[in-house]
Amino acid sequence: VALNQYLILSAFLFCCGVYGVLARRNGVLVLLSVELMLNAVNINLVAFSAFTKQISGQVFALFVITIAAAEVGVGLAIVLLIYRNLRSPDLDRVDQLKG
Amino acid sequence: MTSQNVAFWILAIAMGGGAIGVVASRNIVHAALFLVVVLIGAAAQYIVLLAEFVGITQFFIYIGAIAVLFLFGIMLTRAPMRAGDFDNDQRWPALVVAVFLLGVLVALLVDAFGHDEIKLTDSLLETSRTGPVADSIFRNFVVPFEVVSMLLLAALVGAVVIARRD
Repeated sequence: VALNQYLILSAFLFCCGVYGVLARRNGVLVLLSVELMLNAVNINLVAFSAFTKQISGQVFALFVITIAAAEVGVGLAIVLLIYRNLRSPDLDRVDQLKG
Repeated sequence: MTSQNVAFWILAIAMGGGAIGVVASRNIVHAALFLVVVLIGAAAQYIVLLAEFVGITQFFIYIGAIAVLFLFGIMLTRAPMRAGDFDNDQRWPALVVAVFLLGVLVALLVDAFGHDEIKLTDSLLETSRTGPVADSIFRNFVVPFEVVSMLLLAALVGAVVIARRD
């Protein structure tokens, strides 16, 4: 298989994630898009690991999966706190610092 | 076309559709379930690439834990279960940015790695199964491994402290 097809699939997933982060208003949906981007990175790491026959890529993918789990836990806690304080999970409503 | 190629394209089409569903769905629960499609597809791609341990870990952690955590998050923020508008007014600039980024990335990747092939051979299978992964983690990456365990503990405590009602 060509290396490129994995890289381009990953680029597509990453760009979908970028669009989601920029265009979504709901905090949970923004976190979903961030997960999409992290997965795109993982696909790259595993594809390069198979391409260079080095195991380090897989180890780094495992670390990224671990960090993603931690990030989702803290992120959802923050979204929950925003919901509790503003009665809405919309990130556009978080504008207390606006002058 | 090899069987790995056929598997890749089937999974890639499912993952692409799922990714579009995540960012375009007008129902928040459907978006979370589309993400599960992408995650399962990624796990299967890892197994096609002979990275069996990463594939199984992806399956357990992402689909077993993270997807359920997202569904709990949707439930706790009382998101409407019916279709609604969850986008802000930056939809078209965001689309322009994403398409531009995709174009740049694809041009760059075709230019840089246009002729490279991944050779999925028996020797690769020998070097990429679970045993060598474990050797690498506990020999070369043992310090990052311990740091990540501390980070998970900190994230756990932090999530409890942030979300606690007091």
